[in-house]
Amino acid sequence: MNRSKLRGASLAALSCMALALALGACATTGTANGSAPTETASRDNGLPPGLESGADPAPYPSTYQPLPRRDAAIVGATVLTATGQQIEGGVVVMTDGRVAAVGGPDTPIPGGHEVIDARGRWVTPGIIDAHSHLGVYPSPGVQALSDGNEATNPNTAQVWAEHSLWPQDPGFNAARAGGVTTLLILPGSANLFGGRSVTVRNVPSVTMQGMKFPDAPYGLKMACGENPSRVYGNRNQSPATGMGNVAGYRRAFIEARNYARRWAEWRENGEGNPPTRDLQLETLAGVLAGDILVQNHCYRADEMAVMLDLADEFGYRVTTFHHASEAYKIADLLREEDICAATWTGWWGFKMEALDGIEENAALVHAAGACAVIHSDDDTLTQRLNQEAAAALSAGRRAGLQISEAEAISWITSNAARAIGVGDQTGSLEPGKRADVVIWSANPFSIYARADQVFIDGALTYDRNDPAYQPRSDFELGQPGSPASLGGAR
Amino acid sequence: MRRLILSAVVALSLATPALAQTVAITNGRILTGSGVIERGTVVIDNGRIAAVGPNVTAPAGAEVIDAAGQVVAPGFVAVDSGLAGTEVSAVYDTNDLRQRSNTLSAAFDLSYGLDPWSFTLPVARLGGITRAIVVPNHPGSSGGHVHEHETAGAGHGGYHDPGLFAGQAAVIHLARGTDILVQPRVAMVAPFGAAGARVAGGARGAEFTLFRETLREVRLYARNRAAYDRGDLRDLSLSRADLEALIPVAEGRMPLIVTVHRAQDIRQVLRLAEEEGVKVILDGAEEGWLVAGEIAAAGVPVLLNPLTNLPASFETRAATMQNAARLHAAGVLIAIKGNEGSVHRAREARYNAGNAVANGLPYEAAIAALTVNPARIFGQQNRFGAIAPGQEADVVVWSGDPLEPLSQPTAIFIRGQAQPLTARNLELRDRYRPAERAYPPAYGR
Repeated sequence: MNRSKLRGASLAALSCMALALALGACATTGTANGSAPTETASRDNGLPPGLESGADPAPYPSTYQPLPRRDAAIVGATVLTATGQQIEGGVVVMTDGRVAAVGGPDTPIPGGHEVIDARGRWVTPGIIDAHSHLGVYPSPGVQALSDGNEATNPNTAQVWAEHSLWPQDPGFNAARAGGVTTLLILPGSANLFGGRSVTVRNVPSVTMQGMKFPDAPYGLKMACGENPSRVYGNRNQSPATGMGNVAGYRRAFIEARNYARRWAEWRENGEGNPPTRDLQLETLAGVLAGDILVQNHCYRADEMAVMLDLADEFGYRVTTFHHASEAYKIADLLREEDICAATWTGWWGFKMEALDGIEENAALVHAAGACAVIHSDDDTLTQRLNQEAAAALSAGRRAGLQISEAEAISWITSNAARAIGVGDQTGSLEPGKRADVVIWSANPFSIYARADQVFIDGALTYDRNDPAYQPRSDFELGQPGSPASLGGAR
Repeated sequence: MRRLILSAVVALSLATPALAQTVAITNGRILTGSGVIERGTVVIDNGRIAAVGPNVTAPAGAEVIDAAGQVVAPGFVAVDSGLAGTEVSAVYDTNDLRQRSNTLSAAFDLSYGLDPWSFTLPVARLGGITRAIVVPNHPGSSGGHVHEHETAGAGHGGYHDPGLFAGQAAVIHLARGTDILVQPRVAMVAPFGAAGARVAGGARGAEFTLFRETLREVRLYARNRAAYDRGDLRDLSLSRADLEALIPVAEGRMPLIVTVHRAQDIRQVLRLAEEEGVKVILDGAEEGWLVAGEIAAAGVPVLLNPLTNLPASFETRAATMQNAARLHAAGVLIAIKGNEGSVHRAREARYNAGNAVANGLPYEAAIAALTVNPARIFGQQNRFGAIAPGQEADVVVWSGDPLEPLSQPTAIFIRGQAQPLTARNLELRDRYRPAERAYPPAYGR
């Protein structure tokens, strides 16, 4: 990577680069009190606000605040930590919204902690859906709210999913009742470059910013295969073929490299007119700088292999292949390249590139030592990712693979967190992590298990047995079947 | 010549139910379809269930399958299914479930297009599916949620079809062989609600009016066939083939599967059915629980997906995970559907039933909703659906509770024939299983 070419960047960009080099992430979704000194940097350069490319990595910052939380210790449960451990009679201590301790029955419970009796029940980290369109393809699925695909050009890297997200989508509530605490909301797959993703905490909020996962890295949705070539080919436009797809990616990254270089030169020389800020190229340059994670919709093994060469050609890396129906055919390659494969269990055959999707996909990827993730891409499936993981585990065992529940839970928790770049924050029950926790009525790999209680940052956010903790979106009010319409409980 | 005769014999043996040897499945927990035998034996003989019970002994010479610790269940029936009618959903030439001719709607008989070699069948079989009610899709009925992964960027809702009817459903079995058709033309399919309104010009009232007028024409035609043939009857809006196909519907002999979601639309359909003497089956009925008593009183069965709980459209705003339990509690006969048209994901019907149980449906009612109920709804109760003497032997032995994902079939019988526990997906799996190999996977089997 040619990061050195960006020397002479503004103060903000410099600190951004340093962060990127140190942590591999920079273009984050920002915090309410974000520290990027945008104004100062812009004034230093003499540029009015908004004209310097990449100066403010979080122009639509998160305003997320955890719900009122209490310190608590969940005791007596079977705990799946998502680090490979299963603890019987386990204790999970949540303090100040973080996991403070996880261990066996003897784990000390600090004073002032409410004790939650979870004997006979199971505890896992909050479920993470690494591929969701909630909010951008919400319920009701009417044209007016169908905001997930800016299918107007094969390259729409300039659009951001967060600007389509409708926080009143009732699907968020349904997902939470299924234990989902974090989601990666992606633009659709009509385009080669669909736009930026946004990572959200699954809390009810009037604004998108109120859900935004603080400091989560941005992702860029890219799409291989049939969708872009069908959508644009049908319009007699490029891409109309697989080779057209790849030419489209290459052209875009060439432009992005040039764009990054123009800005670097201007910053270094400080002379003449600055380049014109271009949102599309800014996002692509963010990928090349390693700040924005590539979330690549790609079904077929051969196409994934081409995308890996493309990444090498331009010096970026793919974080996760999504859908990845044929990941099992290149499981070793995914392990070597340290790339997650996010897939379904039961979905196959709906189009040619999904023809070879098999239930064993995740288990085979896992067995090869690569990062397997079960995702939803669906407002119904997201409510039961634990069952989709169970079906994948079952298929793996049918194939003779010895995989424990303690390992398989990682497919919808820790691996999913890693796949979307928040693995240091959530996804497992380890001290210091966000206290995103689900108490299940039974083994979550059972069809009968239901999420009893869902904690997000230590705050009780859903309780199956207490209507006070069953939020409803504005859209759900006054609808047929709602409590008011029936004059009683639903 | 000898070879010709031999192949003819093979073909014949594939076409008819093989008279497999007698099989006794012993010591299993038996779900009969309407009840449970905690520990018992099922005897399969001559393609049928010969005996079932706690005290039945295996006949001498029978092949014995010890199902101790396992669960024996009737094969599941996929309702509202596209099995054998399509291979790859987006490859339209493989899809024989819908048609768009201007002169044919009710008369469309999809049974001609069902392919016994479809690779969707063995996959569904591994999910315990042994029979399917294959239904035509109405080309104008897509509505509500559209899956991003399938239709990314594509405009939708542009279909225009003149017909009120999608065509006629068929019953198949999923046994390996060439003759999967059990019975063609078991039901007529028509969309109501918003989809029906679209067909009729944009409003529900238009469809109901058009529907009644259609029945009037069918009855007029049925009474005056000779005049019609002479050209002495007034012009009718349907083709002769459609008119013929609709006679059994108008006479209440062939059930009409009505795709309908909204509670008020369900009430209108029930009223229409009563006034016109048409026998209906509700399909969808997401808001059915709001009018459960009326559905039960009308004796109308419901095909439903218990997972549908979002207000995906303005027709399903009252959708809830409790729909199955509430309809059952009200006395409605329900059958549980698979996902996404029950083709590639037909095998998930058992999970759907499990989720209905997790949301209040009694366990035995959930098993019934996969077995005896669909058989009864489609008039097949004397053929299959139950583990009971005289029934065709569709029996699946499960490693555990069949509604649990962690359970898998260990033996599958359809009409008494043992089915291989293989499918294309398992062949792919085995080809790419971790192994030391010098040649590419293509050289594997």
